[in-house]
Amino acid sequence: MNPEVVSNILQKHRDVRDGLISILEDIQSQFGYLPSEALKIVADETGTSLVDIYGVATFYKSFSLKPRGKHLISVCLGTACHVRGAPSIAEEFEKLLNVRAGETTEDQEFTLETVNCLGACALGPIVVVDGHYFPNVKRTAVAEIIARTREGIDKIEVKTDKRVFPIEVSCQHCNHSLMDSMNLVDGYPSITVTASFDRKHGRLSMSCLYGSYNVASEHVLPPNTVLNLFCPHCHADLSSGTDCSICQAPMVPMIVRGGGMVQICSRKGCKNHMLDLSGINL
Amino acid sequence: MINLTINGLAVSVEEGTTLLEAAQSLGFPIPTLCHMEGLTPYGACRLCIVQIGQDEKAKLVTSCTYPAQEGLEVRTASNRVLKARKMIIELLLASCPQSKTIQDIAAKYEVRQQRFKQEYEDCILCGLCVRMCEEQMMAKAIGFRGRGETRSVGTPFDVKSDVCRLCGGCMYVCPVCELRCTYNEPEKAICGACSNLSPPCVEKEPFDDMMCYMDPCVVCEIQK
Repeated sequence: MNPEVVSNILQKHRDVRDGLISILEDIQSQFGYLPSEALKIVADETGTSLVDIYGVATFYKSFSLKPRGKHLISVCLGTACHVRGAPSIAEEFEKLLNVRAGETTEDQEFTLETVNCLGACALGPIVVVDGHYFPNVKRTAVAEIIARTREGIDKIEVKTDKRVFPIEVSCQHCNHSLMDSMNLVDGYPSITVTASFDRKHGRLSMSCLYGSYNVASEHVLPPNTVLNLFCPHCHADLSSGTDCSICQAPMVPMIVRGGGMVQICSRKGCKNHMLDLSGINL
Repeated sequence: MINLTINGLAVSVEEGTTLLEAAQSLGFPIPTLCHMEGLTPYGACRLCIVQIGQDEKAKLVTSCTYPAQEGLEVRTASNRVLKARKMIIELLLASCPQSKTIQDIAAKYEVRQQRFKQEYEDCILCGLCVRMCEEQMMAKAIGFRGRGETRSVGTPFDVKSDVCRLCGGCMYVCPVCELRCTYNEPEKAICGACSNLSPPCVEKEPFDDMMCYMDPCVVCEIQK
């Protein structure tokens, strides 16, 4: 634990009196739990006694004094989930993860906890992993949930998620395809352009999945950087005269195969985009 | 001055006086457990309940925390009060049947039945020790931890507190002696009364199963 991190958090809350819970929340989000040394520093610097801080930290369920795993699995044991067999699901998790409810696996990957109601009784028995809801869980599905969590729960399921679909684009100047089947992003050929910022030039591969913001870049792209994007074939500047309606950075249009136009914002972190398929014949 | 009636007797008290103080000044007995002069009223044990108001509007309040109000009609021993108080004593007795203090109160108020399962808890969470530590000893070494079923009294992280001076004040006020002697685990010791005895208990043989109930601890003497 780094004492400086705690001091910075305390510095941030210096002007707010009685901000103990906010301070503890920030410490927990930083370390994943509340280290005892951190609580002692908070006691010393705020003048609140350690007894009171410890009382608050043990009172609220969202605070943990023990290190928690990377993934938090919450199994609902509310009445509706209970009658539909939630206890056996909790039991299955305990068996497969080899921990009891409230404990963390030895590899610090999973923390298992039971909750008393998630307010989604119609979907019961329900399990929430890192904010991702799994409805109508059956005992047999528990192993799959654990496997999917290990893989990464935010991974987009292209085949089942209808909001996500691949598009193919080409340069609006030379009409050369920008698709790059050598560099895959999200398992699909990427849209590859040349990106330049701050005297650096490099390849930037973007996911071709409409709805995914995953990119692979040669250089590390600092957040909020406005990138100049160029066609890797004709080297023309891809940006148009229009500006992003959210952040005023130039928009970058590309021609969608089959007709239409997609525009993306050139600022790293801004997710503004437009898809115009008016020319397409369905 | 505030005028109110207690059990039909008119009385005038200074502003800020609690109903408990007003009733006791007139000589009406009200049992208390978590109340102690010199400590802030807490209202945890509910033993000191009295009835205020009339007829349908009458309600039960803890007299130790309720300030006297102009024109208030207080009854300290109505049937409703006595019935509720008996129930409270019965519940307290069920959670800590081994406590001498609670046994005495039960005997005094003629609680002769035990309808609830005896829990033999170590603590009734009256908060006397916590207030003693903070308000009289200026230490704040112990406090409440957790909530609901798992609420307990002790030091942060269950290790000996830096600010504890082993004064034993918490042991002295405890009605059920929650803070059992932990001198055989010096890192957790809070009381330390036995080390002040001569010879100290720790030097005595059957040390493991001793429990320090009051200062001075005499368990080892009794066991002889």
